[in-house]
Amino acid sequence: MILNEYDISALIITLKLALSTTFILLVLGTPLSWWLSKTKFRLKFLIDAVIALPLVLPPTVLGFYLLIAFGPDGFIGILLDTLGIKPIAFTFTGLIAGSVIYSLPFVVQPLQDAFKSVGKQQIEVAATLGASPIDRFFTVIIPLARHGFFTAAVLGFAHTIGEFGVVLMIGGNIPGETQVLSIAIYDHVESLEYINAHWLSGILLCISFIMLISIYAVNRKFRIVQS
Amino acid sequence: MSIHAKFQIKKGTFTLNADLNIPAKAITSIFGKSGSGKTTLLRAIAGLDFHKNGYIRIGETVWQDKNIFVPPHKRAIGYVFQEPGLFRHLSVIKNIEYGQKRSSNSKNSMSPGYIIDLLNIKHLLDRQPQYLSGGEQQRVAIARALAYNPDLLLMDEPLSSLDENLKLEILPYIQSLHTELKIPIIYVSHSTDEVARIADHIVILEEGIVKASGLIGEILTSLDFNISRDENAESLVEAIVMDHDNKFSLTYLDSEFGKFTVGQKNLPIGTKVRLRIAARDVSITLAAQTGTSILNIFPAQISKIAPVGRSQVMVKLVSNKASILARVTRKSANILDLAPNKKVYVQVKSVALLA
Repeated sequence: MILNEYDISALIITLKLALSTTFILLVLGTPLSWWLSKTKFRLKFLIDAVIALPLVLPPTVLGFYLLIAFGPDGFIGILLDTLGIKPIAFTFTGLIAGSVIYSLPFVVQPLQDAFKSVGKQQIEVAATLGASPIDRFFTVIIPLARHGFFTAAVLGFAHTIGEFGVVLMIGGNIPGETQVLSIAIYDHVESLEYINAHWLSGILLCISFIMLISIYAVNRKFRIVQS
Repeated sequence: MSIHAKFQIKKGTFTLNADLNIPAKAITSIFGKSGSGKTTLLRAIAGLDFHKNGYIRIGETVWQDKNIFVPPHKRAIGYVFQEPGLFRHLSVIKNIEYGQKRSSNSKNSMSPGYIIDLLNIKHLLDRQPQYLSGGEQQRVAIARALAYNPDLLLMDEPLSSLDENLKLEILPYIQSLHTELKIPIIYVSHSTDEVARIADHIVILEEGIVKASGLIGEILTSLDFNISRDENAESLVEAIVMDHDNKFSLTYLDSEFGKFTVGQKNLPIGTKVRLRIAARDVSITLAAQTGTSILNIFPAQISKIAPVGRSQVMVKLVSNKASILARVTRKSANILDLAPNKKVYVQVKSVALLA
């Protein structure tokens, strides 16, 4: 194996980051997406736009603002400080926080579409058969939206693995702590260590491709950009 | 026991104003054109939509009044929607068990096995809903609603999403509910045919207002409502199979009106049936005719006459407690000098038997 110690830790950090981010996104994204799929709130378009921002914003811009906010003088930094929590810039926690925001649209959009496709009638039928709202959510909505959950999880995971700009800004590229695969590859190329770069890139390529294959296999009508 | 529902519902320019008192037994049909508010009323009864100031009571149980709103999942209702709405992720048997498991009702208990036989779906139990025909899906949906053991079954045009052949396939099952079930059914429909076949009680809804409510045989022949002055107006007469005539392949039936003769039907003697008689198939004579091929001739008394269009009149004829409509030309009515209380003879050219 050509990979050095830091490459291995970058791989582990990347996977840990992607798994934690995906988990948090599913927990937060499910109620948010459910609400968005049902609400008649007039200003919903504003919320949609905020969630979609990471899709269009250069990751460095997003990372820059998050860095400022997470720093000791930023509003999140001050908020955390009053709660007795250390600033999270340049830490793994900071990476997770940044990744959650960055990958949010990739989880919320498929979930929202999946919830919409469940349809009102199936839920009403369950209600007339004695299922309480929570019962309906777990026995009808989640099973019927399962493809959406799968797609959301895979996209959230894959997108987090692939990020560069945001983690570079917030994480600061500390080997063994906040250095992720994509940044490690960049460092190798800068140092003309093409063999290491090949190995790491190959690993990323395989993971991403396998994930997309599984999404399309499960959900043949899937489109990354929704019309 | 009765069901009392009172709702005043505004939806844009449409207002539904219904105050219904219907018997908590047999089949009540809410009948009206599309847009008359039938589904809105049914959904309000089920609690699927909340409307302020509504009131609904079934027997002793109040589901909604000023201070109470029992959510639909706590009401003992079965609801059959226009579209079957089977759970796509569950097999047929799992669909049926979904409600059965959640039923807290110990009354009216019908075993799933009995329900499955009643709707003839035993061979479908392990299948996924998408591989069922529309008619099969709707039968499963009815079974699923019954397996929940409701105190009241609500059916919202359960046949309207089906083509004519499938309708004829399912109607017998719904008719059988009529005799087999102990619970009341509210059946929403815009089809006179369905209503004539299955309803005992009818509520006529027009543009959000209850125009009539009563026994179907009486409402259909009352001459006060459009339905009894329509081109296709018809009467229903309850009858019992008396005898079969194998020589001529005929069946004799007894009714309030007298003894009807129809083509032989394979029904046991004593079976209760419903005879359906189109007003256009009934003619009136002043004396009992002898030299005629028509077998169904009865004495009756005219109770009411109402105009239909410019050239025709609808005549309501009564014998004992039953009534039959006859549609004749205004000219004939004039020649025969037809008037209320006059004693005449009715000739019924054709009778449809609904069993």
